[in-house]
Amino acid sequence: MMRVGFTVNGVRRTADGVWEGESLLYVLRERMGLPGSKNACEQGECGSCTVRLDGVPVCACLIAAGQAQDREVRTVEGLAEGGEPASVQRAFLDAGAVQCGFCTPGLLVAADELLERDTAPSDADIREALSGNLCRCTGYEKIMDAVRLAAARRREAV
Amino acid sequence: MGTWTPTAAGLVPAGLTQSAARGGIGESVRRPDGALKVTGAFAYSSDLWHRDMLWGRILRSPHAHARILAVDVSAALALPGVHAVLTHDDLPAAQKTYGLELADTPVLADGVVRHHGEPVALVAADHPETARRAAELIRVDYRELPVVTDEASATAPGAVVLHPDRDDRHAYRAPHPNVLHRQPIVRGDVAAAARRADVVVTGDYEFGMQDQAFLGPESGLAVPAADGGVDLYVATQWLHSDLRQIAPVLGLPEEKVRMTLAGVGGAFGGREDLSMQIHACLLALRTGRPVKIVYSREESFLGHAHRHPARLHYEHGATRDGRLTHVRCRIVLDGGAYASSTAAVVGNAASLGIGPYRVEDVEIEAIGLYTNNPPCGAMRGFGAVQACFAYEAQMDRLAAGLGMDPVELRRINAMRQGDLMPTGQRVDSPAPVAELLRRVRDMPLPPPLDTEDPDIRDLPGGLANTSHGEGIVRGIGYAVGIKNVGFSEGFDDYSTARVRLEVVDGEPVAMVHTAMAEVGQGGVTVHAQIARTELGVEQVTVHPADTQVGSAGSTSASRQTYMTGGAVKNTCGAVRERVFAAGRRRFGGDRPAWGGAGLRLDGGKVVTADGEVLATLAEVLEGEEPIDLELEFRHRPTEPFDPVTGQGFGHVQYSFAAHRAVVDVDVELGLVKVVELACAQDVGRALNPLSVVGQIQGGTVQGLGIALMEEIRVDPATARVLNPSFTDYLVPTVLDAPAVPVDLLELADPHAPYGLRGVGEAPTLSSTPAVLAAVRQATGKALTRVPVRPEHIVD
Ligand code: FES
Ligand code: FES
Repeated sequence: MMRVGFTVNGVRRTADGVWEGESLLYVLRERMGLPGSKNACEQGECGSCTVRLDGVPVCACLIAAGQAQDREVRTVEGLAEGGEPASVQRAFLDAGAVQCGFCTPGLLVAADELLERDTAPSDADIREALSGNLCRCTGYEKIMDAVRLAAARRREAV
Repeated sequence: MGTWTPTAAGLVPAGLTQSAARGGIGESVRRPDGALKVTGAFAYSSDLWHRDMLWGRILRSPHAHARILAVDVSAALALPGVHAVLTHDDLPAAQKTYGLELADTPVLADGVVRHHGEPVALVAADHPETARRAAELIRVDYRELPVVTDEASATAPGAVVLHPDRDDRHAYRAPHPNVLHRQPIVRGDVAAAARRADVVVTGDYEFGMQDQAFLGPESGLAVPAADGGVDLYVATQWLHSDLRQIAPVLGLPEEKVRMTLAGVGGAFGGREDLSMQIHACLLALRTGRPVKIVYSREESFLGHAHRHPARLHYEHGATRDGRLTHVRCRIVLDGGAYASSTAAVVGNAASLGIGPYRVEDVEIEAIGLYTNNPPCGAMRGFGAVQACFAYEAQMDRLAAGLGMDPVELRRINAMRQGDLMPTGQRVDSPAPVAELLRRVRDMPLPPPLDTEDPDIRDLPGGLANTSHGEGIVRGIGYAVGIKNVGFSEGFDDYSTARVRLEVVDGEPVAMVHTAMAEVGQGGVTVHAQIARTELGVEQVTVHPADTQVGSAGSTSASRQTYMTGGAVKNTCGAVRERVFAAGRRRFGGDRPAWGGAGLRLDGGKVVTADGEVLATLAEVLEGEEPIDLELEFRHRPTEPFDPVTGQGFGHVQYSFAAHRAVVDVDVELGLVKVVELACAQDVGRALNPLSVVGQIQGGTVQGLGIALMEEIRVDPATARVLNPSFTDYLVPTVLDAPAVPVDLLELADPHAPYGLRGVGEAPTLSSTPAVLAAVRQATGKALTRVPVRPEHIVD
């Protein structure tokens, strides 16, 4: 059993009594009250658990909690800005990209990262960036619409 | 929960509709649960947490068929942190089995296991890892038994019989005890008709086992209550059906099992059967602590019923001018170890077995088997999917035999309103089969492959860098299908809706309460839209789904907008009459218009047929008790299919979709890239066009999945599942998914609320055969099995 501590969405958090085998995903969901990151496979194949670790998108289910020690973690709960939904979150709703929504948190984190580094991604770029995130409901068309919409709005805003 | 609309005009991609302020039917209103879902705050069944909560774990059989000689739980119980270990001997009630249609499934194995992954014992512990270790410490001595895995082995002389003491309602007419159900359909004189045929084609087809692969794992939380009952929060498709199966094995009356729908991460049929519901309740009642169970992905693959794999034999005949003379077919569906919904799947496969075509002379036989393979049951398309793959391959074969264009052959034989199904049922609402094919064919084609300078990400093989454009052949294929909507064969398929209307702070407010399982399809959005339209109020809240209101039936069979949507409409109509009655009591003496016909509720006011405002809702309801009504709604009755001839008015409604697939195939490596899957579908009336298109696109890509990549592989020698993970069971990613342009046709069904037609399943049917037709065109291969693998193309 150990104590782990890291920054989540800008706030320093610690968890006690963590068993060595616990993943970052488990600690976020079950010990820190942040169940927004999802647990569709816990084997690194679906992307529903995608978070950013020091800015880099990772599958939280594949990261041992101890590996996050003293690092920066950003989850879907940290996307909204000042209580207002981020543009990528609004775009997912407006485009109809959310059905059951289980894939949504991971997709939002991945899409947000893409749009941060590329303001005008091509369709092939979007597909490549989201290729690690499964969605079983939408067939992806409206997810593509959502990312295109979010990119257009971001460009409009600057 | 608010809804957000795009802030700047011109930024919405083509095809998206703006939400108007009123939010009634026909508008692409945003989901009421959307804001929670994009912020991570929506509580799915696997997110639930309770103080003092324990974690439940299920020990499953590693064998597909074995006798259990002994179970020793002592080492597991001795592990610190373990609070309970339960086996079959611990079950509290006389009822120890459950099931959707037949109660043939043991809650925990009773001396024998009949499929790989069957639950044997339960553990509750203070940490999921403790529970996992404890389950490993349970010692089970098995003696393996021979397995039956297909029709030949299941019906061979001396074959082991899975359920020797059957007394279910299908048993008396089953040709063998390992045949769960058989449905023949016979109409006309096939032998005579076959003699008129100029061309006859036959084919044998095979359909692999598909998994629903919803992303939210089976999960839930059971909380023991002070009255000896239990509160269960769970992801399911039909709360009341679960309740009917759960309460008897707990030994509790239904009132003591209170169920609330937790957030559901997709379903597609895979949550129709129970999963962890009873197990969590048993552990909670035994330990007196809340118990949460969350399946791992491997357990999910082993723990729910899949789509039936099938073998299908077809014979089609036609005259020289392309008119079908007859169809013969035999469809064998593997139901696995327990009944699940196999009998209903058999009925569907048989009755929809020849597709949306006019054929006078038909002989169909469908059977569902008991084997030691994984149990199979409901998945989107429910028996119609397997048949569509085969009959559409046959139509292409027939077209080739006649030297005719395949779309033209389909057009010549396309069913129309007024035609008869093989069951003798007259199709009494629009059946625009030829029109859908015409529309999908007329949609613009995607540009040809850029062979000069292609982006390799657009090619078969993609970033694997297997081709730079050489060896790529394009193919185009068409298919059309027919699916029933709603429960069939005489089932009393009702839905209940409670609607409450009151005035709060001078504003009229409506609340809609149903037990409908929102699994992602958007029923909650549509219910609020219906209430706005029917009651003329803007503020509508949707109450969480639970068993404190009557049954809403299942979220399956494309039925919920028709049925529970219909129930909401129906109850709103009764509420409206109460408003008018209250208005007449209050104001009718002074204003004779209150007695007139055609009063409406509009914009929070009572309005006459001529548009004259009589009163606001606030004026009518001020000081009154809220109007609060709960009513049941039924579709017109159906009847069972005759056991010998299969004749009968078996289905409530039919829905139709057509696809055109465009594929690029690397013919040297056998890799397929689907470029586009265009769909045209008649939806009767699109209550929420954005959601309707989303359903069609999602269903279309699930059809692509079984065409090219998805299959649960079961070892034929041992009946063990070989690939229970997303590493080895391949679900389409965004790289595999094509563009899916959708053309909606809205021809009203006069029997249905608003004329609507169930949407969710039809697009899953024709997608698969359209992809296959396109790959066949590109490769010249017969391709009689799905999923198609590279070796089938390059062999
Ligand atoms: S839960 Fe982490 S990749 Fe699936
Ligand atoms: S919306 Fe259900 S998995 Fe994507």
